[in-house]
Amino acid sequence: MMRALKSFGAFWYDFVIGDDWQVAALVVIALAVTALLAHVAGFNAWWLLPLAAFAALAWSLHRATAGKR
Amino acid sequence: MTAALPLVLTVFVACAVEAIEALTIVLAAGLTRQWRSTFQGMAAALVVLAAIVGVLGPTITLLPLTALRLVVGALLLIFGLQWLRKAILRAAGYKALHDEASAYLREVAAAKAAPEVAKRGISDWYAFTLAFKGVLLEGLEVVFIVITFGDNQRNLGAAVIGAAIAVVVVAVTGIAVRAPLAKVPENAMKFAVGIMLTSFGTFWGAEGAGVRWPGNDAALLVLIPVVAAVCLGYAAWLIRAHRLSEAAPPATGPAVTSPAPVTESEEVTGR
Repeated sequence: MMRALKSFGAFWYDFVIGDDWQVAALVVIALAVTALLAHVAGFNAWWLLPLAAFAALAWSLHRATAGKR
Repeated sequence: MTAALPLVLTVFVACAVEAIEALTIVLAAGLTRQWRSTFQGMAAALVVLAAIVGVLGPTITLLPLTALRLVVGALLLIFGLQWLRKAILRAAGYKALHDEASAYLREVAAAKAAPEVAKRGISDWYAFTLAFKGVLLEGLEVVFIVITFGDNQRNLGAAVIGAAIAVVVVAVTGIAVRAPLAKVPENAMKFAVGIMLTSFGTFWGAEGAGVRWPGNDAALLVLIPVVAAVCLGYAAWLIRAHRLSEAAPPATGPAVTSPAPVTESEEVTGR
């Protein structure tokens, strides 16, 4: 039973998060900051999420290829 | 219908990639084992997928649009960035290209080695489970894309049409050639899908978080080319870096002489 639950969890982790959890973490943080700015400070930070996505991808690519370049 | 065209095209390309990978597995099972059990495995997977769509589809439409866009946008963005990461690493030579011909040969070798065992009324359990897993796993991504794109655009019908056309085109082509579709530029297609998932994910996720995009929906027309340009820039940067490392003498650092083997989640999710 535990084995089945573990493989079920591992499948969904792999399906959604993939190879680099830090990308997912950065996206969630950027969304949270965007929401806080919009709802608490009333600031329309439409540019924040695209910039965070580009930074997350660059960071992930850099780590994946570090030592191979 | 014109307004739904980008949605149909995005879902079509994304689903075609998944259908090609499912086709490779089904062909390996059917041609090397037996078609009857393979078709039974496919049918069982399609029933499970239909049940998932039947339960998830109507449930998701009950969510308020803002919450839906926040959650789905975040998921699509994470999903899209993972697709782009792999596509860029493959384009630059840091990861082996996904090759349907070699994937097919691997499946065929495994299928030939496995013994034929009858189980639960299925004459060849191996062919059944191979086809079932292949269609279910690749189909789950199709379902995810159809439901998220369809619900967010409040046009599930257009998304279903895009997916259905992709599956039919790939299936008919596969039946006609009776071989894996190795000549399809899969990495380029995955790159394009990654750009669309990332762009739509960013747009919907930010909207769900309370952002008002300049130009409203027209912002997507700027966002998609910007995402594409940035990712092409990253790919060009890594291709150049990889070439320089290969050209450099060994004393300057470890050169990458061959792409790393594909051992990651692609085996599970097909990304």
